[in-house]
Amino acid sequence: MAFLTDRKRASGLGAAKTGTEHFWGMTISSAALLILVPLFVFTVGPMIGQDYEAVTAYFARPFPALVALLTFVVALLHFKNGVTVVIEDYVHGLARKVWIIVMTCVSYAAIAAVVFAIARLAL
Amino acid sequence: MADVNRGNRPLSPHLTIYRPQMTSISSIFVRITGNALLAATLLLIAWLLAASTSAVAFDWVQCVITSWFGDLVFLLSLWALWYHMLGGLRHLIWDTGRGLELKAAERMGWMMIIGSLLLTAFTVIWI
Repeated sequence: MAFLTDRKRASGLGAAKTGTEHFWGMTISSAALLILVPLFVFTVGPMIGQDYEAVTAYFARPFPALVALLTFVVALLHFKNGVTVVIEDYVHGLARKVWIIVMTCVSYAAIAAVVFAIARLAL
Repeated sequence: MADVNRGNRPLSPHLTIYRPQMTSISSIFVRITGNALLAATLLLIAWLLAASTSAVAFDWVQCVITSWFGDLVFLLSLWALWYHMLGGLRHLIWDTGRGLELKAAERMGWMMIIGSLLLTAFTVIWI
């Protein structure tokens, strides 16, 4: 730190000490989902309600597997960031921290589960 | 004397006494739909997890998905997904500095409602 000037340390941070990373992260993921969501609805949607053989054969194909994988992972990271803001708005004190940790862990667990499931189906 | 009367100050108008407006309601529903979509997401993940496990496990989840309850969850979630996506599109437009005038913001609110209903109907018919 001794090598950084005060000017350099303050640059781009402002009084809150953090910048607009959250906003920019949501902007990127929402732009990505703007493309992924329609692809997901019309790729995965027709499979909902189909029988076991049809579903396993479908997700063994690269395109449906990749669309589903991408959409779930990006959407769950987008959800993690979004639900954090909701919790910050409505829950206070220790409960806020607990809720943010729980919902972040739920998001990570869901990502792990869907990556595992699609990997097994696709490979 | 900044501490005088602390805790007993008049607060700014809040949801309970504010007349519902297109801008506020359409925004609140973006938040509600975004959070509610977790239910369908977890249901679909359970579906894929079951499909990757065995035919027996798949039939078990299939029973839930093809029940009237599953149909209801997916139909509402389909609308929620389209609505939330159009809400996000509105934010991306706002972020460029466009559409921030009251008339434009209200018009986009109506476009989100009508657009999401049309997209839902189209998806149900197409799929």
